[in-house]
Amino acid sequence: MSVYELLGRLAIRDVGTRRISTGASAPVLGLLVAACIFLTVGSLWSSQFAQLTVSGVAQGSVFASLALALVLIYRATEVINFAQGEMAMLTTYIAYQLTLWGLSYWAAFFATLGIAFVGGVTVQQVLIRPVQQKSIIAIVIVSIGLLSIIDGVVIWIWGGDPKFMPAPFGASVYRVGGVAVSLTDLGTIGVAIGTVLVLWLFFQFTKLGLAMRASALRPAAARLVGVRVNLMLALGWGFATVLGAVAGLLTEPSQFVLTPTMMQPILIYAFAAAVLGGLESPMGSVVAGIALGIFLNLLGQYGGYLQDSALRLPVAFAVLLVVLLVKPSGLFGRAAVRKV
Amino acid sequence: MPLLELEDVVASYGPVKALHGISLSVEEGAIVAVLGANGAGKTTTLRAVTNTVRRTGEIRFDGRSLAREPAESIAALGIAHVPEGRGLFPELTIVENLKLGAYVRRGSIKSDLDRVYAYFPWMGRRRQELAGSLSGGEQQMLALARAFMQKPRLLLLDEPSLGLAPIIVSEIFTIVRELNQEGMTVVVVEQNAHIALQLAATAYVLEVGTVALHGPSEELQQHESVRRSYLGY
Repeated sequence: MSVYELLGRLAIRDVGTRRISTGASAPVLGLLVAACIFLTVGSLWSSQFAQLTVSGVAQGSVFASLALALVLIYRATEVINFAQGEMAMLTTYIAYQLTLWGLSYWAAFFATLGIAFVGGVTVQQVLIRPVQQKSIIAIVIVSIGLLSIIDGVVIWIWGGDPKFMPAPFGASVYRVGGVAVSLTDLGTIGVAIGTVLVLWLFFQFTKLGLAMRASALRPAAARLVGVRVNLMLALGWGFATVLGAVAGLLTEPSQFVLTPTMMQPILIYAFAAAVLGGLESPMGSVVAGIALGIFLNLLGQYGGYLQDSALRLPVAFAVLLVVLLVKPSGLFGRAAVRKV
Repeated sequence: MPLLELEDVVASYGPVKALHGISLSVEEGAIVAVLGANGAGKTTTLRAVTNTVRRTGEIRFDGRSLAREPAESIAALGIAHVPEGRGLFPELTIVENLKLGAYVRRGSIKSDLDRVYAYFPWMGRRRQELAGSLSGGEQQMLALARAFMQKPRLLLLDEPSLGLAPIIVSEIFTIVRELNQEGMTVVVVEQNAHIALQLAATAYVLEVGTVALHGPSEELQQHESVRRSYLGY
């Protein structure tokens, strides 16, 4: 097959998948439905299974918010922001500092989201914008530099020892027909999914959201209709940083401590989820994040030899590898035809 | 006073000069064609107006200099540019593309959306489909409809006939004429000189980055070199 034939086939596949608005193909949707049925049946059959599923969803919704942050920035800058986890960690320390200064947890929470938004916009304007046109590798290097700067600054200000924050959701546990569900899990799911939902509504139904999507997809065309593209990309970084802050703030109660390294494994799971979902698909990253959370949690209990917690990360990557071999564009991605 | 005036405009892509000092003027309400072979600088002339190419020289729109206006401010001044490749958002739906056309407008756009759907019933029926799934002719119509949503005073069209079947091309040009009758001044760049000279009252012929000829379309149609080079008889 000649190169041209191959390109032609890719292009046709591209148009075909674009017609479906979710980006997910029939086999993938089938797989997801089967997984949901499996989880429901399992939960009815065993209350332990149900508990593990719920806490898996909670863990996964944290992966999902950070994965969505990665996808938002990837769509706008075509680069994985390696500093996303550290930015989330820094914002969580800021929340911690605000509670030390006497703010209640939720006041600190929302104040932190505001600070995160301004911080994200500033990072894009000051650090990313000057290199945006240069090369992708330049942006990658800036993001890695940002990662180590944040790491250094956090340890310099707050030290490397673990910190403790008030628990946002309390320690109570609900029992629903023999299934124990902690309020922390429910709160985590609610806040993470709520944030994702609000962002989705914003992008889908507001003029500003539409302009932001247009800027990320086709900057040159967006300029011609009068969209201030640089401002839109900066707002995108702001929203991504807010999502990261949510992920960081929700990671803290499940780990009970705040450390400079707390977001590193989360970032890797989020990265796995983002790739699994197709990197350019916000919905894909959220679904994949939640699925990964459930999968790892169930594996920890029923995985036989694989249930050793030391194997969590390798197993996650093995799954990722298999998916990428079978379906390189991810579960929700479209076959890539890059603009040249 | 002309609506659009270019005076000695020089433009270049990196070290390569594409325009070597072009001057042209467009009266309000006119349709002006810009003709020429590949590489003559037709596309660059439009890009010079919307500042999407590096250029020097004076460009005035309604008496106001565009020299320092960035590309993203041009739409708000009342200029719609349908560029090469149409500049649509293939990953977004038809209705989202139309809404982006009206991005610089304030107030309700519903009545104009309804007008678009009344004129192109298929656009209304398929408003949730992605622009990338449309045929070439449909995409060109969407690009024109999006320009209409912007309600510009000046419409810049880059090769609207490119790659389309003759019957679709004549439909496209009918739409352009109707937009003009609504009060939109039109500058249309074309390789298809035949159809462009029928549409436009005046035309400019470019050759390697300079204006070789300009005048009323009837005169150019009779002109020996235009006939030989562009009309083929």
